[in-house]
Amino acid sequence: MVGIVVISHSGKVAEGVKAMADQMADKSVRIIACGGIENGELGTDAIKIMEALIRADSGDGVVVLVDLGSAVLSTYTALELLDEKERRLIKIADAPLVEGAVCAAVQASAGFSVDEVAAAAESARSMLKL
Amino acid sequence: MNQMFLMAIQTIKQSIDTNKDFLTNLDGAIGDADHGINMARGFEAVMGKLNAEPDIDLSAGLKKIGMALLSSVGGASGPLYGTAFMRAAIPAAGKTVVDAQLASEMLLAATEGIKERGKAVRGEKTMIDALEPAYEAMKKGIQDGKSLLECLESACSAAKEGVEYTKTIIAKKGRASYLGERSIGHQDPGATSSLLILEALTDFCRKNG
Repeated sequence: MVGIVVISHSGKVAEGVKAMADQMADKSVRIIACGGIENGELGTDAIKIMEALIRADSGDGVVVLVDLGSAVLSTYTALELLDEKERRLIKIADAPLVEGAVCAAVQASAGFSVDEVAAAAESARSMLKL
Repeated sequence: MNQMFLMAIQTIKQSIDTNKDFLTNLDGAIGDADHGINMARGFEAVMGKLNAEPDIDLSAGLKKIGMALLSSVGGASGPLYGTAFMRAAIPAAGKTVVDAQLASEMLLAATEGIKERGKAVRGEKTMIDALEPAYEAMKKGIQDGKSLLECLESACSAAKEGVEYTKTIIAKKGRASYLGERSIGHQDPGATSSLLILEALTDFCRKNG
């Protein structure tokens, strides 16, 4: 099963998005919330992200959902801290955080590959609400 | 050497602390008003880590600084400066004395790291507008046979001009880019903190030979 990491500047946002994605996902899908920095302040932490990526990977890879700005830079930095083999199956989805995480959770539960799960998350960009 | 290294980094921390509100206000004008706060928190964490391991060598120390910044700064300057210090550790491997040549190699590695991480080039109102001219000035200083201190002084002058230049251009990166033309007239907070770091190291070198 492909794992999912939800990265936000806010720990509460990351936990909330994880809860919404968990509701739609099979129990075997590892969804990890990774938000905020030490002392509960807003921000992203590349070291914490690196650890979350390792925990989320059961061998089939990880799709990463990010919020704004430094979330992307910190994730790229976390990837650089991993070795070649560990980062090979990690994809950052260019997708809205909540909708992307839910779509990814559904796709991951059905046993799709990391590319297919990332594509499902990115398809959330064009989901109309009205 | 180790004590000197700690003192040099302490000089950076002091400058960031002194200019905390200044950096935050610059960021308030065109960004999310946290650069000074984030950098001060970052260097607080850096000193905590370094003081816990006073015998660390130059390269390992630089790497430790990078890691501490990655996990404590919070904003984009965390992965940018974190990458910069971790890259500077590479040419420093096995070295105990910083001469002009090594300093320029470290500055180049740091600058390239930030460019790569931020996908930025000169003229986009970022740290690069201070750091790249600083490296070029340093390189020229070495070619002219100048000392480490003279090279650092030239680098600071060039970085200062770079910071002034950021007032005249439109931000292309980060939250300031949302302002478009309204970002003109403001100096870039990241370029400013890069200048402060270079100036702090230059001051340290001036006082400690």
